[in-house]
This record gives sequence, structure tokens and C-alpha cells, in this order.
Amino acid sequence: MTEARKVLILHGGLLLLLFVLQFVLPAYHHGNLARIMVLASFAMAYNIMFGYTGLLSLGHALFFAAGMYGMALTMKHLAFTPAPALLAGLAAGLVVSAVIGALALRTAGVAFMIVTLMFAQAGYLAVLYFGDWTRGDEGFVIQQAERVLWGLDLSDPTWRYFAAFTLFSACLLISLALVRRPFGRTLIAIRENEERARMLGYDVFAMKLGAVVISGTMAAAAGASYGLLFGYAGASFASVQYSIFPLLWVLLGGAGTVIGPFLGTLFMFYLIDLSSGITTAYMLIAGVVLVLLTLFAPQGLAGEVRRRVWRWLP
Amino acid sequence: MEFGPYLLLASLEGAVTAAVLALTAVGLSLVFGVMRVVNVAHGEFFMLGAVLAWWIATTLGGHPAVGFLAALVIAPVVVAAIAAVADMTVLKRIAYDPERTIVATIGLLYILQQLTLMTYGPEARPVEPPFNSRIALPWIERTAEGWQMYYPWGLATTSYKLAVIGAAVAVLLAVWALLARTRIGLLMRATQLDRDMATAFGIPVERVYALVFGLGAGLAALGAVLIVPIQQAHYLMGHDPLLLSFIVVIIGGLGSLPGTVVAAILIGLSDGIISVFFSPTLAKIIATLLVGFVLVFRPQGLFGTRAA
Amino acid sequence: MTKDQKGPASTTRRGALKTLAVGGAAAATLPLWARYTHAQSAAPIKIGFQVHRTGIGAAYGRWYDRTTQAAVRLINEAGGINGRPIEIVAEDDGTDAKRGAEVVEKFATQHNCDVAFGTLFSHVVIGSAPRAGELKIPYFVVSEGHHVASGMLNRYTLQPGITDVKSQVQAMAPFVSQNLGKKVTMIFPDFAFGHDHRDYFSAAMQAAGGEILELIAIPPTETSFTKYFPRIPRGTEVLYHVMVGPAVLTFVKELGEFFGPSRPEMFGFIDSLEAVDIASPGLEFLEGSYFWEGNPRHAQADQSPFDAFYREQVGVDARGASVSDPADVSTYAHMFGCWETLYVLKAGMEAAGYQGTGDRAKLIEAVEAMTDMPHSNEHPQGAKRFNGKTHQVFGHQYITQVQDGFLKLAHTTSIEDTLYPDEVDYTTQPL
Repeated sequence: MTEARKVLILHGGLLLLLFVLQFVLPAYHHGNLARIMVLASFAMAYNIMFGYTGLLSLGHALFFAAGMYGMALTMKHLAFTPAPALLAGLAAGLVVSAVIGALALRTAGVAFMIVTLMFAQAGYLAVLYFGDWTRGDEGFVIQQAERVLWGLDLSDPTWRYFAAFTLFSACLLISLALVRRPFGRTLIAIRENEERARMLGYDVFAMKLGAVVISGTMAAAAGASYGLLFGYAGASFASVQYSIFPLLWVLLGGAGTVIGPFLGTLFMFYLIDLSSGITTAYMLIAGVVLVLLTLFAPQGLAGEVRRRVWRWLP
Repeated sequence: MEFGPYLLLASLEGAVTAAVLALTAVGLSLVFGVMRVVNVAHGEFFMLGAVLAWWIATTLGGHPAVGFLAALVIAPVVVAAIAAVADMTVLKRIAYDPERTIVATIGLLYILQQLTLMTYGPEARPVEPPFNSRIALPWIERTAEGWQMYYPWGLATTSYKLAVIGAAVAVLLAVWALLARTRIGLLMRATQLDRDMATAFGIPVERVYALVFGLGAGLAALGAVLIVPIQQAHYLMGHDPLLLSFIVVIIGGLGSLPGTVVAAILIGLSDGIISVFFSPTLAKIIATLLVGFVLVFRPQGLFGTRAA
Repeated sequence: MTKDQKGPASTTRRGALKTLAVGGAAAATLPLWARYTHAQSAAPIKIGFQVHRTGIGAAYGRWYDRTTQAAVRLINEAGGINGRPIEIVAEDDGTDAKRGAEVVEKFATQHNCDVAFGTLFSHVVIGSAPRAGELKIPYFVVSEGHHVASGMLNRYTLQPGITDVKSQVQAMAPFVSQNLGKKVTMIFPDFAFGHDHRDYFSAAMQAAGGEILELIAIPPTETSFTKYFPRIPRGTEVLYHVMVGPAVLTFVKELGEFFGPSRPEMFGFIDSLEAVDIASPGLEFLEGSYFWEGNPRHAQADQSPFDAFYREQVGVDARGASVSDPADVSTYAHMFGCWETLYVLKAGMEAAGYQGTGDRAKLIEAVEAMTDMPHSNEHPQGAKRFNGKTHQVFGHQYITQVQDGFLKLAHTTSIEDTLYPDEVDYTTQPL
């Protein structure tokens, strides 16, 4: 079997599985999986920058929130319907990530982490500062009646799942296409040795900016979808926590693998959900598991699979 | 309040922030400089220092100074020991890989926070300062009869706040002496310059690492003990010191301790002074963006020499 | 990326599979619970309790939990609701809006709870309420936020146990302007809760003939405050302060250090000192200042028998601290809301003849039909009036003055002081 076919079977199989699961899962896990797919899209966006390009950002909450507020504010104040509001969210993510990318990419390494962190923090504070429009930390509800996209009620579990699945599939296929194309390969080359890539004649800055914009826009798509599907936009989604989460999910699932972000998000979600059922000290369990994972599965779940079994995993 | 006294008050407040921030950030900078890892749990060591201070002061009872002085000695040592154990059991085993260290210390952060919540509880608890008297500050003003001294309304500080600034300066000098004047400091500097060479010369690098990690955490804890009579011990209090010291370390230039101290003073003072000119939240936004732009145009930090 | 590593990686893979298996097993038990509920009429009524065990709201969550447990114990001892005992299903929301919504989903679809209950922090309520409305699970919040009565939420979200911030704040203005002074400077946190104080108090104060000299909004996450105090104008007669979060004690202490011996009159919301002992060092300057209290923390000389009963059952001493640990000060001004909400729930279920989750709509209608609630063991904070259209309750507010470290009741507002025109009619929404 060729590698391309194995890749196709694995990722196609995952999508098929997720599609079929909606008919068999009980209501609670059905809802959870819809949530996880949107969050995994956020993680995949992060992975394009971190896993493939080697840019460690601590400010991805800004892009997520740009999408969420781009969507929610236009619905609330300009009476947009969901379709144009989603586009507004995407556009907000595109513009914000292009500007942040152009500035932050002047730096590298730890300085890049701090610059992205600072801009994201400024974005978070701006959400609070313009509280008259955003309702600050309290946030606001996007009413059920407004959340109808092309006649489909997105608050209905079936359509919600379907919308989340569509977003997830799109992000997965984009990621997959990206890493198998020259552009994606160049990004990996930059990650492995930036100097060499530059000497080979690549415009490294433009390539990296491209990765930031794709990643930022994808994160915005996840943020806009999250707000629309679950009916709420609030400042907590712009806080530093939501910059740490995608990093964590990606590292857990396996940085630089297409399937890793999904596995990491799924694992973390159920780790917290199940341990909170057993004990009130679930954060303790989460902490211990994180430490154990770094000790025993340093390349994340999918990374370990790649190292041990499927060397072809993209 | 008039502009002059306001500026003085804001600068004094900024100086207290800067003093504690300098201690915490120097701790992080040491770890970063010598070990090349980002310790995300640094803020939790700060928090542990404050919580232990409360616990020690409450257990001992008696005059506030007794408990406070005991806390000043015991809390940093205990925190340093906890950090050294974490280093030896976890960080050493992942070979100080930068990415894995981030995840492992995030895990550590959760563990420390949750354990504190379970034992100490969710309340913010105060520690009584050993001494604390309000000191009204004078200001001079030119009137019809020439220069006159008066006491503006609200312009005051406390003796304890001044003592915090003094104590921080003393500790920083001690750290400098430790690094520059002692054998252990020499070992640390050698390890920082070139780990492999240090190993080749028979320096017990692993023990140096544990020591540095412990020292870094101990400094954060010390900063917390100093601040806890002003602010309260709370299990979530580690968040801000982490972010701020992180910023300070980068702005100051990686691995440069003098740079870290200068950056702490800059950040602490500007935090106070910018609040004079802008509405509070806007001041925070401006200060945050300022840090971002400093790095965009000077990625090596204000005092760093090479690219980070 | 080749790194040495120890231990078999397959453990983690197996671990992940096992996690999924546990999830599956948990799901498989679901029909069992459902069967139980339907088969036996003596099966417990399950109340999903969304509690802030971790995160910024943990100090409140702990006391909301104790109050809830006490009320449930009493109700169950007295025969439960419609002959069925109450079972509390508690889930931590981490004081986070996203997790809050997930927890409500868990109550509705996994635990099969009859209702969800108990949330305090506004952003968690607002993040969770849409899901409650979609899942059609009655959601009884104890938040004091104006979000319910503002019309932002939905027909399944109700607040029958605690007055909202708009009422609280506007009821204070007449007292402040008549007794303390006309020129007010306000200090409040710069987010939605603080903005509610800013907007509603300013309006009420101007209506009462007062004047707002300066508005000082403190950024959240701030830990030192002195640098903002010089913005307080010299001509201030009354300083109105409200602050939340773990830094509240610092805030009040630094206020004292700033003013020294010459402070203006001060009026604060007890939120600034909730769960903090008023006798803490550095708070001496508060002597003589006034506080809003949802429920007077210190037992008054003319304490009602209902307050005495409630205090004893929850385990709170006359100073508002835990009977087992005097340093463990309660969130007395808010937590009564849990107790009262549970009794409203009981009355509503009894009025609706509530049998199971199929009767949720009847429960909503039964609560909407409620009006006056007398001062009683069920309502120990005082008499209340429920507005079925706005889903919000209105009750007496208390103003206390610090006298020798004792919060002495100085004024009780009438229910009429807290009323304002309806902003929504939820009963027009479909069930």
C-alpha cells in the first residue's frame, strides 16, 4: 500500500467515523463531540504554526476571539445574519493575523512568544475596555432565533454536530493538503533549519507570514463557529488561558501531525470531564497526567504512534 | 490631587511593584539563563511562598514580627526544596527539553494550585506586617510668600512599603555577590556558558541545575513573603507574577541579570506612572502594547547583546 | 526530533482507549438512571448544582455548597418534594463560561437532572443559559446579575432567590443622598458587574438630587490600588466603592492608608469584603462607614427567628463565620439565595404536581405564577416579591454601619425601592 493511500484511509476513516458516530452516540457525548471538533479545529490552526512551522505563539486566543467577536458583534450591533457574520469573523481573523504576523515575525524564539502574548493580552483588555459594546467579561448571548444558517437551526443538536463536522473536515483537509504540498514542505524545512531554507532561496519571512495568516484565519473560523454554535461570546475566550489550551492540546496529541490536535483535544476534554466525576480535585489528576505524558510520551499521542508504528503519519 | 504629588505617589507605588517583581524575575532569569528552560510553574512557587508565610505566621502566633521573620527564612527554603525535588524527579528525566518542560511545568502548575486549594482553601488571607505606620509625605509649592512645604491630601506611604524596597535591594545584592564572588556562583556561570564544557571539566551539572531551579523558586517565594503583608495569600495569585516576570526577563535581555533588574524597575515604575496619565484599563493596554513594540523593534531585549 | 525516552509508549495509547471505554460505560449507564426515574415515584428529584469549586469564584462556591446542603437536608428530613427526596448532583464549572455550558449539558443529557441550579458568576450564567434554554432544562441561578431581568436570557432561566444588582444599587441612592452626602465618587471594577453599578447608581443618584463627581474604573486582575486613588476629587463627600475578587482586602486597606485620618463618608458594597473578617488588621478606618448587605452578616439585636434558624442550620455563628472555624468567614450577603431558591423550587414543584422531566414546562409556569413570599424559615433574608414576567425576585436590602467592628443595621429598604419597569416578558416565549 502506498503512503498516500494509507494517509487517505486513516484520515478519511476518521472523518467517516465522526460522521457515523452522530447516529449512535448518546446525547451527552454527541454534544461533547461537536464541541471537541470545533476546539480541535482551533488546535489544528495552532498546529500549522507551531507543529509545522516551528513558531511557538502564546497569543492564539486573540485570533480565536477575533473570529468570535467579528461574528458576534456584527450580529449584535449590525444585525448581520449568520452567513455574513461568519465571513466577518473570518475577515477579522485574517486582518488581525496579518498585522500581528507582520509585526511579531520580526522576532523569533522567546521574544516571539512574548510579543504574541502581549498583543493577545492587549486584545483581551480591549474587549473589557469597550465593554459598552462587548459587555466585557460577562459577555452576551446570541439568541437562538438568530442562529439560523440557510434555514438550518444551529442550536439543534443534529445541525450543530453537522456544522462542527463540516468545519472540522475543512480544517483537517486543509492541513493535510498543506503539508503534502511544496508550501507545507517549505514550512517544515524552515522549522528544521531556517538558515538553510533561506540559503536555498526561499523568502522565509513571506512563508512564515503565510503560515501565520492561515493559522490565524483558521483559528478565527473556529472562534466564530464556537460562538455561533453555542450562542455565547465572552471575554474569557480572549484570555491567556485560551492561548495555552491549543498549545497543550497540540503537544499532547503530537505536534506536527495532522491527526494529533484532534487526539489531544479529545483526550484533554474527557480527562477533565471524567476525572471531575470521580473527584473534585480533577485538576490534580490533569496535572499528574500531563507530567506523566511528558515523561512517557514526549512526542504526544500521535507522535508516539508515528515513532513506533506508522512512520508515514503526516 | 495635583500633578506633582500624584506622580510621586504613583512612582512610590511603582517602586514597590518593581522591588518584588525584580526578585521574582531574577529567579526566573536564573533558571532561564542557566538551564534554558521556561518554568511555567514559577508563579506557583511565588504563590506557595505567600501561602506558607500565612501558615507559618498563623502557627507561631505572638507578635506579628515573630511570625513574619520566621516566614521570611522558612518559606523560601521550603519552596526551594520543593522545586529542587520537582527538578530531580521530572525535569531531569525529560532532559530539559524546552517544549516538554513547558508541558511538564504546566502540569506542575495544576498540581500545586489544586493541592493548595485542597489544603489552604479558596480564601484570600492576610499576614500582619511586622510594622506598619502611615507616613504622610510633604510637598513643596510656590506661593505668594515663596516656597512652602505642605502635606497634600492623600500623599502617603507606609513604613512597611519602604522596607520592602530596602529588603529587595539587599537580597538582589546578595544574589549578585553569590554569583560573582563565590565558587558555587562560578559553577553556575560556567554551566550557563557551556553545559558540555562544564560537564567535561567535572562540574556536577545535574546538581547545579537542581540548585539553580531551587534558588529561582526560592527567590520567587521570598518576593511573595515580602508582598503578602500588603496583598493577601490566595491560591490563584501566581498568575500575574508569572506573566510579569516573563516579560521582564525578555525585555531585560535573556540571561542578563542586570538587564532583568533594570527591566523590572522600568516595568514596575511605568505601571504606576502610566496610570497617572490614562484611564486605568487604557493604561494597562498601553503598557502591554509598549512591551510588545519594544520587542518587535529590539528582539534581543533592551540589554541583550545577541538574538534571543 | 529524536529524543531518548523511558517507558513503553503503548501504555498511553492503551490509556487513551481506556478513557474512551470509561466514557462509553458512563454513557451505557444512562438509560438505567432514566428507567429508575420513571419507574419509581419515590426516586429522588435530581438537582444539578453548578458550583464554583475552583477558579476565581471558589470562596463563594464553598459557602453556596454549604448552604445548599443544609437546605436539602432540611427539605429531605421534612419529607422531600412531593414525597420524593432531593439528590444534589454537584459539578464544578471552574468559574468558567465554557465549562459552565458543558456542565449544564451534562446535567441535562447525562445525569438526567430535573433542573439545574446555583450559579453565581454572571459570565458563567450568561455562557450557560443558552444551552439550558435549548435543552429545555429549568435553570435557577443565584447570581444577583441583571442578566435575567434585562431580557438577555430565556424562558428557562429564572432568578427567584436573590435580588438583582440593578435593584440593589438603585435602592441605595435615596439613603446615600439623604444621610451621607450629595457629591459622590465611585470606584468599581472595570467590567460588566462594575458597569452595572456605575450606570444604575449614577442614574438613581441623579434622580435623588445627587451628583457624581468622578468614576474610577479599576482594571480586573489589578493587585495594587493606591495609584488610582489620587483621582478621587478633593470635594468628594461620599466614596462609593465596590470591588470583587481575591484582591478586595488589599483594596480596602490601601484605601485606608491613602486617606489616613481624613476620609470622606464611605459607602461600600459588602462584596468588597465578602468572606473577609471585618476585624482584619488594617480595616480599622472603616469604623463608621456604611455597607450594603444582602443579608446582615452579624446577628442583630432584633434578629428574626428565621435568621437565627437559618444561621444555625447552615452552621454560621453570630459573626457570620463558620461555627467550626471563626477565621472561615461566610459569603453571608449572597448565599441565602441558594436556600431560598431551593424552597421556591420545592413550592413550584408541589404546585405543578411535578412528576418527572416531562413536567419541566409546568414547573416554569408554576414558578412564574408566584408573587409574594413572606418572611419565614423558607425565606430567612426577608419577604420577597417575584415578577413572573421578568423571572426576577425583589426583596428588602440592608444597610449596615460599622460600629466597634460590628456591622449594625442602620436602614432597611422597602421592596418598592427596588422595583423598576419591566424590561422583558419571558412568558411570551414558547416553552
